[in-house]
Amino acid sequence: MSDVQTFLDRLAERTETRRQAHGPEPTWIAARRQAGAARFEALGFPTRRVEEWKYTDVRPIAGGDFALAETADFSPAAAAALTLPLDAHRLTFVDGVFSAELSQLDGLPAGVALLPLSQALDENHEAVGGPLGRLTGVEFSPFAALNTAFMEEGALLRLAPRTVVDKPIILQFLSRAGETPVMSHPRILVEAGSRSQATVIEHHLGEADAANFTNLVEEIILDRGANLTHYKLQEAPLGDLHVASIHVEQGRDSRYTSFNLNLGGGLVRNDLVTDLNGEGAEANFNGLFFGQGRQHVDNHTLANHNAPHTYSNETYKGILDDRARGVFNGKVIVKRDSQKIEAYQSNANLLLSDRAEIDTKPELEIYADDVKCSHGATTGQLDEEAVFALRTRGLDEQTARGLLTLAFAGEVMEQVALDAVAERVELAVAGKLPERFNLAGLVETAVALHEDEE
Amino acid sequence: MASQEMEQLVRRDYKEGFVTDIESDTVPPGLDESTIAFISNKKGEPEWMLEWRLKAYHQWLKMTPPSWAHLDYPPIDYQAISYYSAPKRPEDRPQSLDEVDPKLLETYEKLGIPLHERAALAGVAVDAVFDSVSVTTTFKEKLHEAGVIFCSISEAIREHPELVKQYLGTVVPQGDNYFAALNSAVFTDGSFVFVPEGVTCPMELSTYFRINAANTGQFERTLIICESRAQVSYLEGCTAPMRDENQLHAAVVELVALDDAYIKYSTVQNWYPGDENGKGGIYNFVTKRGDCRGDRSRISWTQVETGSAITWKYPSCVLRGKQSVGEFYSVAVTNGRQQADTGTKMIHIGEGTRSYIVSKGISAGRSNQSYRGLVKVGPRAKGARNFTQCDSLLIGDTCGAHTFPYQEIGNSSATVEHEATTSKIGEDQLFYCQSRGISEEDAVSMIVNGFCKDVFQELPMEFAVEAEALLNVTLEGAVG
Repeated sequence: MSDVQTFLDRLAERTETRRQAHGPEPTWIAARRQAGAARFEALGFPTRRVEEWKYTDVRPIAGGDFALAETADFSPAAAAALTLPLDAHRLTFVDGVFSAELSQLDGLPAGVALLPLSQALDENHEAVGGPLGRLTGVEFSPFAALNTAFMEEGALLRLAPRTVVDKPIILQFLSRAGETPVMSHPRILVEAGSRSQATVIEHHLGEADAANFTNLVEEIILDRGANLTHYKLQEAPLGDLHVASIHVEQGRDSRYTSFNLNLGGGLVRNDLVTDLNGEGAEANFNGLFFGQGRQHVDNHTLANHNAPHTYSNETYKGILDDRARGVFNGKVIVKRDSQKIEAYQSNANLLLSDRAEIDTKPELEIYADDVKCSHGATTGQLDEEAVFALRTRGLDEQTARGLLTLAFAGEVMEQVALDAVAERVELAVAGKLPERFNLAGLVETAVALHEDEE
Repeated sequence: MASQEMEQLVRRDYKEGFVTDIESDTVPPGLDESTIAFISNKKGEPEWMLEWRLKAYHQWLKMTPPSWAHLDYPPIDYQAISYYSAPKRPEDRPQSLDEVDPKLLETYEKLGIPLHERAALAGVAVDAVFDSVSVTTTFKEKLHEAGVIFCSISEAIREHPELVKQYLGTVVPQGDNYFAALNSAVFTDGSFVFVPEGVTCPMELSTYFRINAANTGQFERTLIICESRAQVSYLEGCTAPMRDENQLHAAVVELVALDDAYIKYSTVQNWYPGDENGKGGIYNFVTKRGDCRGDRSRISWTQVETGSAITWKYPSCVLRGKQSVGEFYSVAVTNGRQQADTGTKMIHIGEGTRSYIVSKGISAGRSNQSYRGLVKVGPRAKGARNFTQCDSLLIGDTCGAHTFPYQEIGNSSATVEHEATTSKIGEDQLFYCQSRGISEEDAVSMIVNGFCKDVFQELPMEFAVEAEALLNVTLEGAVG
């Protein structure tokens, strides 16, 4: 049986059980599901001969046989230990299934609708049908098509114009260790009204032994002047497979700030696309990926400058150890007549091991002349002179290297406004590095160094 | 930039557009095994060469043209091309310039390249390729004294089969890519250079490639070998007469550098780019690759690309030897409806290998230009080092400039840096110059030449002069 057929069989089973339990679906959903399945069947899983997947081998996904989770059981204590210690509005999914028990939806301010997709569909499926799939169609990739075929759960966030949400909104996705690996195809839809403002933290985490497949599609529509900060904190177990397609549409003067912080997951592929459609729109892509063991992290980003006076700024940092492999493909496209554009792109990578590999490609496609665009990519190791400089201060070599690695990551992390997230990442990066990187020790040394100078 | 100036730029005529009327010995269009046998026979090649060609042909049949480049052109009908064209009287080739067909000399005069004068003044040995057969080779004796073999590839196949056998296709194998396979099957001429151990070639070597007979694709094959501690500087310059039909050019250049050898390969390419509507012009699909086979060897590519309707060209270096060095310096100017997808590949295999890439792209009119580069560092290339700088300058708002730099780094001791900027000529820069009494045209010329300086200074003197002149001609219209 072909890899594709395994997934199509699962889909047929699922569709049948769903029909028996809930009766026929609204026509538009059934039609899209069908279109997704057809498209997926036609495309098949991407091979490495496809330019977009040149460096990422998806056979671990294609060759897998994943069930679909039925329940959202998860020990509340275990969840509490994993979750971000933040006062936040929270939606929790366990292997893609919504968990009301682990969610926290009371006290949402007026003008904010935050609910699981299934509920939104039950309440008013027509209101969802308009925007859903408008940005990420089945044409985008085989995975987007597969997601469309399977979609049933996810999160919906609607912000009325001028709504400012003070507390962060956490969408957390828990991955369970189980006898058979499962897959989930979450769908996130964010519609931010004009001049609304919010911070969304998409958090992927789970039990250490889990080996599940998550195939996420996320569509974010920012109306005039809307301001959204989007954290994607990837702390999934090292056996997890993760593909995410994130598509943003930006109206006039809107601002989208992304922090793509990738620490976990065995095979991770992110596609982050923004369409800067209105004048004055601004996109900030910040990324950090840390790979160890045999982790494979692939980040594809694309900024489409469709309107004049738009701005994009991208900084991605990669740290790779052991046999980890990192891929960065950043692309900026400036359309004809999109004048007065500024687009900056940088990707810096640190290789800590001889068996680690980075494949990076920062691309520019420019069809307008009055633009300021630049991009840069560097790959290297820690600056030996800097290591030496620290050693002259009495630090042992390992500590010196640890400090410098943290400093390398720091360039992105100092942009992170949420301390809880920053600490989580810094601690994770430091903790995940070999034992020589004792963070507490480093901090002490740094403080001592600082005091000496005073 | 004022719009009428832009229009003048776009309307710039091709200065080297003229047709020399020399009867050609041309085979009917079409490609099959008999065409290849005809070429091989015509060249008086040994059996193994024909077999080699046929092997390439059979591989080519199984391949499809590459579609990944950022180029847009109608499919090429390979059966509509004539694969062999030689000036008449191939037997009684002129032994000196005096015997050269006056029309050919006149052609060079029109190009502003008086052959005898250049040869005499610059001390350059010129192996002029007029269509597909080497018409004359000068300074052969002087080179012979030094032990340098410099001849046409056809002659080398006949006279030095052991060297050709040893090296041909070892850098660019027959099945390397679609165009290289085509070239391997049907190549008609090109240059062969062999510099023996310890010899520094006493003069700079130069060839002028010309495409002349209508409907004739030209398939050059160049092979340059430098043994240990040998050095050579090779110059290639191209112009072509104005034609309405697109002409295909699929050359292959192979360079082999052994221990401590140094090969410098410079190109000025000024083929007919087509008219303002994108009609005509040369299709230039070239595979150029250097193999730094020996330790501490060095290969340096310098190119100034101002011509061709379509350019598909990635001069590359395989850095196999320890501490070997690859360099790539490029200026590409596109105008009208020209399209260029060009760049380089630096494959770091050996320890301590270094590469340096400087690419300057200038787009004007409705042209599109892409830099496509690959820097690959293998796990054994300890301490490999690369620096890449690629800058684009846009003149006018209907052109495009694109950058696709690939980096594949599999070694933690490697240091790889890539920088790119895209901008236009600043109004304030122009204003500054003009406020000091410099005309707009001179100011733009100054700024553009400054933009390209890093590359021009890598060119041999006489080429640098030609390149700057070419650039000024190109930009003449741009600035009124």
